Amino acid sequence: MSHTSYREALREAMRDALRRDPRVFLMGEDVGRYGGSYAVSKGLQAEFGPERIRDTPLSELAFVGAGIGAALGGLRPIVEVMTVNFSLLALDQIVNTAATWRHMSGGQCSVPLVIRMTTGAGRQLAAQHSHSLEGWYAHIPGIRVLAPATLEDARGMLWPALQDPDPVILFEHGQLYNVEGELAEDVAVDIHSARVRRSGNDVTLIAYGGLLGKALDAAEQLAKEGIDAEVIDLRVLRPLDDATLLASLQKTHRVVMVDEGWKSGSLAAEVVARLTEQAFYEFDAPPVRVCSAEVPIPYARHLEEAALPQVATIAAAVRTVCGT
Amino acid sequence: MIEFKLPSLGADMDEGKLLEWKIHPGDTVKRGDIVAIVDTAKAAVDVESWVDGTVQQLLIDIGDKVPVGTPIALLRAPGEAADSAAPPAKSAERRRISPAARKRAGELGVDLVSLSGSGPEGAITLQDVEAKAAATTAPAADRGAEMRRAIAAAMSRSKREIPHYYLADTIPLRAALAWLERRNAELPVTERLLPAVLLLKAVALATRRYPEINGHWLDGTFRAAPAAHLGVAISLRQGGLIAPALHNVAAKPLAVLMRELADLVQRARAGSLRSSEMADPTLTVTNLGEQGSESVFGVIYPPQVALVGFGKVMERPWVEQGQCVAMPSVTTSLSGDHRASDGHRGALFLAEIRQLLQQPDAL
Repeated sequence: MSHTSYREALREAMRDALRRDPRVFLMGEDVGRYGGSYAVSKGLQAEFGPERIRDTPLSELAFVGAGIGAALGGLRPIVEVMTVNFSLLALDQIVNTAATWRHMSGGQCSVPLVIRMTTGAGRQLAAQHSHSLEGWYAHIPGIRVLAPATLEDARGMLWPALQDPDPVILFEHGQLYNVEGELAEDVAVDIHSARVRRSGNDVTLIAYGGLLGKALDAAEQLAKEGIDAEVIDLRVLRPLDDATLLASLQKTHRVVMVDEGWKSGSLAAEVVARLTEQAFYEFDAPPVRVCSAEVPIPYARHLEEAALPQVATIAAAVRTVCGT
Repeated sequence: MIEFKLPSLGADMDEGKLLEWKIHPGDTVKRGDIVAIVDTAKAAVDVESWVDGTVQQLLIDIGDKVPVGTPIALLRAPGEAADSAAPPAKSAERRRISPAARKRAGELGVDLVSLSGSGPEGAITLQDVEAKAAATTAPAADRGAEMRRAIAAAMSRSKREIPHYYLADTIPLRAALAWLERRNAELPVTERLLPAVLLLKAVALATRRYPEINGHWLDGTFRAAPAAHLGVAISLRQGGLIAPALHNVAAKPLAVLMRELADLVQRARAGSLRSSEMADPTLTVTNLGEQGSESVFGVIYPPQVALVGFGKVMERPWVEQGQCVAMPSVTTSLSGDHRASDGHRGALFLAEIRQLLQQPDAL
């Protein structure tokens, strides 16, 4: 075990990949000399040189496209996009190209690309830098979408993502970078399953990414009130691990889904719809979603806090479905 | 507005558990209609209405256990207008029942109509269904024990409160059985009479001359009953016994009594007795039948004041006109409550039964 942070765990994962596989390289805005906008790649250029830690021009469309070309050409690129908001400039490359090549080439070409990007609010960075659009990417067939919420996943998800022959998008929540904790030396995680992070019998709390911590805090608070919540970390936003969710629902018969995205057309909507389709008769209360307010995320601190799911609002939703 | 209260269905009943409503708000009810099925410790009993009216509101839920005398429903008397202030019928809006609760209720056979919900916005939840199912099924498993407790309570009370005296007389039945044989020979099997019917009719007729044997000891005084509703002791297959009333025995022809007795025994064993049959007996008769002993001295079922016991009908050596003959006969006993009657009158009562049984065609 060693004491580390989410940021350091991500960096260690990249350092490990760069050492193990000469085809791996990192590119993105300010990832080299500056060390990354969130300092994730700090020190890597000094260690691996500018060929493998490459600064790019400010054009998401261009450098994501270059990453796709490199992947098609046999390399294993890691492309960092500063935030999910900016990734919209590269949507054409990701959705129309990276996600489709395997299918459109009849299986002749695959795009083994990993795109890392920051997501989420809570740091007073206003609407241009604070949105949670994971659900949009989770809509697209042909890509895998990951949301590491723990140190273990931050350290462990990159390597299996690089082994995936198809594009993988890895969402790092901006509020997690400074989270610290103990981490085992040898980390091996899968990139296909959801995980029960807290076992409970009364209600299933589903969360991912930056809200997993708030869901766990809410569960601890509810435990003192006699409500035993099970907390599930989705981890993999596409394809969804229905089996783990259904097993929990069959135990607790109540579901609260926590999602920093907006409720309309959200990942939360998809999860609830799947559970309702597959296990309608297991529900003992209507499923409830706790999502962000349907506004562009505000800059002002109090408004931003009011717009986001908080421990108190999550706990209140759980009380509602438990009839207390 | 008429408050329909849970009636007492026997001296050993303090409370009852509602098993089923047979009425719903808005129904018209006539005197004698079955209102509900209530579980006493001894049996599931059909509770009858003693009034005419229209159901305004049901006051207790299925599975509720309430003391005797608790109002369980409100009825409007004939002609009484519907109370507009009364809560609307539950069916006015769709009940909130969680899908899981609905599914589980189907599996457990729980009736959702009577449940109240504890979930969000009063929805019926899985827990509500399971709690109800547990409440409904748990006592059933212990049915035998409850029956024993009920019998224990009534019989202990009897021996504590009632100063019993006992008399016995062996009654010759040659004339009665011969008459029965002749009569049965003319009838199809289904209409044939059993000796028990003759015995019951004779007991009922005898009470006309000895009213102090037929009635109840209540509040320190004896109250004679206007008619003989004989409690017929019926042993149940699962153990225990029950003694529901055969009504107005003295006034009914033997053929009617036979039919009613067969029906009563069958329904007692099926657990579908009516409340009037449970509450009404004025004198209990226990008949041991062919498998029984020669005689029985029973314990009086309070607040009744006597119990007549018949042993098995058998041939006995009998001295008749100086000769010993084989005589079919039955030992008839009387357990009497000495507060209500004395041994002298009791003996005359038994003699009256003997007399009546010698003239079977008059029964």
